[in-house]
Amino acid sequence: MLIVERLQRLSFGPFALTVADGECVAIAGPSGAGKSVFLRMIADLDPHVGTVRLDAASREAMPAPRWRRLVTYVAAESGWWADAVAAHFGATIEPARALLPAVNLAVEALDWPVARLSSGERQRLALVRALVQEPRALLLDEPTAALDPDATAAVEALLRRVLQRGTSIVLVSHDPRQADRLAARQFRMEAGQLKARVP
Amino acid sequence: MSAASLGYGELALASLLLWLNGALSLWLGLGLERRMLVAGVRMVVQLLLVGLILKALFEVSSPLITGLAILVMIAVAANEVHARPERRLGGVWGFAIGAVPMMASTVVVTLLALVFAVGAQPWSDPRYAIPLAGIILGSVMNGVSLGLAGLVGGVVRERNGIEAQLALGMTKLAALRPLMRQALRNAWIPLINQMSAAGIVTLPGMMTGQILAGMDPVDAVKYQIMIMFLLGGASGFGVLGAVYAAVWRLTDERHRLRLDRVVTRE
Repeated sequence: MLIVERLQRLSFGPFALTVADGECVAIAGPSGAGKSVFLRMIADLDPHVGTVRLDAASREAMPAPRWRRLVTYVAAESGWWADAVAAHFGATIEPARALLPAVNLAVEALDWPVARLSSGERQRLALVRALVQEPRALLLDEPTAALDPDATAAVEALLRRVLQRGTSIVLVSHDPRQADRLAARQFRMEAGQLKARVP
Repeated sequence: MSAASLGYGELALASLLLWLNGALSLWLGLGLERRMLVAGVRMVVQLLLVGLILKALFEVSSPLITGLAILVMIAVAANEVHARPERRLGGVWGFAIGAVPMMASTVVVTLLALVFAVGAQPWSDPRYAIPLAGIILGSVMNGVSLGLAGLVGGVVRERNGIEAQLALGMTKLAALRPLMRQALRNAWIPLINQMSAAGIVTLPGMMTGQILAGMDPVDAVKYQIMIMFLLGGASGFGVLGAVYAAVWRLTDERHRLRLDRVVTRE
């Protein structure tokens, strides 16, 4: 269970949120309202106040890299740091290869240079890159924004499998139907405050 | 050592070369003539002033005043390194990450050279200490400047890639290593070029000066070789220190990228 308490940065928050194992919580809201700020705070990527726990394990009590392996943020705009796609996977390359068909990607995509990937392919590979590390919770920032309907459906099916394994997901999405399809509870971010929303 | 003394008439004659280039710039519409003029005037005024100051320092020959003069040189160099780049770390720390490694490596290498290599009597003789500190500082300044500008600019440019690595649970050093390596490499390139080309493509300035001033070429060469070692060593240490200090400021203990500490020049 992911437990967020009194999370606050600049004019955003304080936020409180509890996400059960295997639960997906969706957050919608206008740009700049603080959705990405919220996810980044949970992943401890920006300075802020407040606490986050994973069951009894406090984030503050463990090194940040270990926390981020347990609670992994996947940005809306994927980041790459080497020329070859394969260089971004390292030891997780075989599990990644096995996952690619599930997101409608050719297995050969791992052998390509990053420059050849479309933004939709990058987005799916970035998701796979996070999934193969088997985090306990995923913080997904518009994971299907650049995808066509088929690829979106494939990604959603994969996310449902991940949820069944017990992974928690906080999903930022602009698509209310996607939120209905995946999330049990929905929130709306408005001017730095999180408000419950009836689906 | 018998130097052929130059008169001001000869200098004026040599300045014709720059005037001629200014005229060409005007004629070709390069728009450089103003900057050439300003740079030329600055060079003349600065060097004449330095000549006068050096003369006075040599006459006083006080270790304290020599040390102060070198400190002023370091402060000016640190300011250059801090103020030049388009993106830099802000605040006092932004100044210190360049200034402290530059000062440490310049002072240590200059002292080593004075005591063990040059063997000046006394070791603090400003005739040796000030030019040595100056040439070492100049090289350290170039290296640190290239290293820091490259690193900070690179981190801002590669932000998405770095944060993706951090978000996946990599440490800050792992995430920044490629950029650190690139920054160190960039800082070393001028020195490596200078060493490889020394004596073949160019006769280094100091050696040329000594030969023109009448020194035996082999002695001048020995001096130059020592200077190159000093420059390489000092720049290397200075850049390494500055790059690690910058990484420490660009990140924090929670392995976050702290671009909020980077200032972009208007």
